Amino acid sequence: MLDLLTSHFNAVFTSLRLRGKISKGDIETSCEQIRQALLESDVALEVVESFVAQIAQRSIDALALIQPGSNQAKAVFEVVNSSLVEILGGSARRVRFSKNPPTVIMLAGLQGAGKTTLAGKLAKFFADQGNTPLLVASDLQRPNAVTQLQILGQSIGVAVFAPEAGNGVGDPVKVAQAGVEFAKAKQYNMVIVDTAGRLGIDVELMKQAGDIRDALSPDEILFVVDAMIGQDALRTSQAFLDGVGFDGVVLTKLDGDARGGAALSIASLTKRPIMFVSTGEKLGDFDIFHPDRMASRILGMGDVATLAEAAKAAFDGDTSAKLEAKFASGQDFTLEDFLDQLQAMSKMGSISKILGMLPGSGAMKKAIDSLDEGEIIATKSIVQSMTPIERRDPKVLNGSRRSRIALGAGRAVSDVNNLIDRFSAAQKMIKQVRNGATPAGIPGMAGMGMPAIAPKSAAMRPKKKSKSGNPAKRAQEQSQ
Amino acid sequence: MALFSKLIAKLKRENSFAPADWAQLEKELLASDLGPTLTTNFLSAAKKVKSDNAEAALLEILSNNLALTSREPIVVPGTTTIMVVGVNGTGKTTSVAKLAALYKGSGKSVVLAAGDTFRAAAVEQLRTWADRIGVEVVCGKENGDPASVAFDGAKAAQASGADFLIIDTAGRLHNKNDLMAELAKVKRVVEKLSPINEVLLVIDATTGQNGLQQAKIFAESVEVSGVILAKLDGSAKGGIALAIESELGIAIKWVGTGESEGDIAPFDPNAYIKGLIS
Ligand SMILES: Nc1nc2c(ncn2[C@@H]2O[C@H](COP(=O)(O)OP(=O)(O)O)[C@@H](O)[C@H]2O)c(=O)[nH]1
Ligand SMILES: [Mg+2]
Repeated sequence: MLDLLTSHFNAVFTSLRLRGKISKGDIETSCEQIRQALLESDVALEVVESFVAQIAQRSIDALALIQPGSNQAKAVFEVVNSSLVEILGGSARRVRFSKNPPTVIMLAGLQGAGKTTLAGKLAKFFADQGNTPLLVASDLQRPNAVTQLQILGQSIGVAVFAPEAGNGVGDPVKVAQAGVEFAKAKQYNMVIVDTAGRLGIDVELMKQAGDIRDALSPDEILFVVDAMIGQDALRTSQAFLDGVGFDGVVLTKLDGDARGGAALSIASLTKRPIMFVSTGEKLGDFDIFHPDRMASRILGMGDVATLAEAAKAAFDGDTSAKLEAKFASGQDFTLEDFLDQLQAMSKMGSISKILGMLPGSGAMKKAIDSLDEGEIIATKSIVQSMTPIERRDPKVLNGSRRSRIALGAGRAVSDVNNLIDRFSAAQKMIKQVRNGATPAGIPGMAGMGMPAIAPKSAAMRPKKKSKSGNPAKRAQEQSQ
Repeated sequence: MALFSKLIAKLKRENSFAPADWAQLEKELLASDLGPTLTTNFLSAAKKVKSDNAEAALLEILSNNLALTSREPIVVPGTTTIMVVGVNGTGKTTSVAKLAALYKGSGKSVVLAAGDTFRAAAVEQLRTWADRIGVEVVCGKENGDPASVAFDGAKAAQASGADFLIIDTAGRLHNKNDLMAELAKVKRVVEKLSPINEVLLVIDATTGQNGLQQAKIFAESVEVSGVILAKLDGSAKGGIALAIESELGIAIKWVGTGESEGDIAPFDPNAYIKGLIS
């Protein structure tokens, strides 16, 4: 996401860094580039203008306070970064739990924004934290939205209140109300109400959403919006604000490559925090929104924190504990770890998603695209042909050892050499990340070139063969 | 756009549109999701217009971006096979239903293939539509992969001599290589039996600049032959479709204007262009 914006910012700051002393003229030029980049990222024009005016003024103020020759580019960078964080919501807010359970969360948004899937994700998220959510199927419009929610609920073991089959039949206000009553009676501590998609300009349906709100007085109304939305974000979020009102925003489909400028527009217009992000089709692909991470990502510093979390979740306990211990003790990352990692990576949900979070992922796009499954198999067979000593200390790998390994793996010696070179690059990168630095300086990461160590198409979904044709079963498989 | 009329009036009497008016015009064009490039191009061309028929001249500047390829829906003798593709939630399944209703209504026989074997209840969603409209739908068996469902659909269409086979597919983000490969495989497998004549990409009218990237990558994977611009009944103008037409030469063939099966219409370039600036 935000690739282009990132590359624009990279260009801006690379040229600022080269200059040492920054003039007002430089700031104006940079602001013009930032303006262009934000527009290409779908940020609404009025938001762009006020943002750019703000950073121009703040940069001038900031530069007045620092010594010429000291790191001026860094100061400007800080201004842009902090202004972005400010607009994106300052600090992330958590869901407010009601003093008198159940806590009622109502979802609202356009058709196709991803509300039903999100309802399942929220339920899983809160259930995993020990809550007892009840899903309420109040989307009685879209064919089989109710069935979809039932399947999702079943797959995560969360009850679904669905007295009406939907498909155009039933009253969503009554269902929502009955759902909350049911939750009270059965002592669920949380209710998540899925609602039908509606257009901002659809007066009748907006009124219906308002009626659901009035009937429930939800603790949180979440506006669910597709990260790919363009300039209409402004009109639509205003319409939902006027029509139902909302307390927080959820950005969906962030695993795509949309630049997501709408997030800036909505946060800045509505002053409501972006609370969660939805990042994939599996019910676990969900996260709390981190404005600072998003800003870093916009600025090309990558999202190392999210990467670390995602990787941790993907590695099994053993592997990750081992790696973590190594990481902490400052030991070197060895070929053995590399092998573990390759194996863990094949288990990971979405390689491209993970890599996309790395610093300078724009520059790595090419490298990512060149990865393929054959390569991971070849790599594994090479590492497996090494002795434990060789895996731990590749420095012992002289010519004869290399040809023995090549023979054992059924590969050319050049393949072995190639792997060792790439491994050394990876090792170096990991050291840099450990040291907390974004390699190659902030924020331009060009030249960091991710070594080709991961499969191009590692299972982003369960393997076809293991996928059940039975929707209920399949959903269960997916949520695992 | 009142502003547009103002522009026309000004253009007729020696161009004296105030800078603030140009800024406002830029804002409104951007707000239609035309994107900064098309907007800048339009503005610089518009600034040069001096014509008695300024309105036509301005519309023409925008119309010049339209694709030159045919917008006629493809129909072949025998079974016409249509595959509907796009990112998640754009309106693919609904569009499949709309096309089925349209063709059924004109007396054609239609078979649907429920190729979204991934999203929970997607098959049931299409089945509900098929029942409503009264057309046959081929659904996957347990463990069925989308390519084989589509293939079974093609067999069924062939067996019954259907006029149309419409294949629904799972939503997928274009940056997921394996899912794009899966889509290409669906096409390949069906084409072992009979060619896919039309691949329609569904673009949500609210989509911003990312729509161009979607179209580019889907077109690379499965040779998109036309666009369905869905959800044009909302407040979004769907300006990104013009960028798709101009940059990729892919024609918009249909527009979606609501949630019912009748809410589909052939794309009308003039109405669309006027809509962008009104
Ligand atoms: N307002 C409006 N909604 C639409 C249109 N086309 C589809 N939708 C709605 O968008 C949502 C997603 O549609 P669906 O066909 O399930 O999308 P898919 O995931 O791409 O198959 C549903 O709620 C549809 O009713 C349209 O032209 N206008
Ligand atoms: Mg669908």
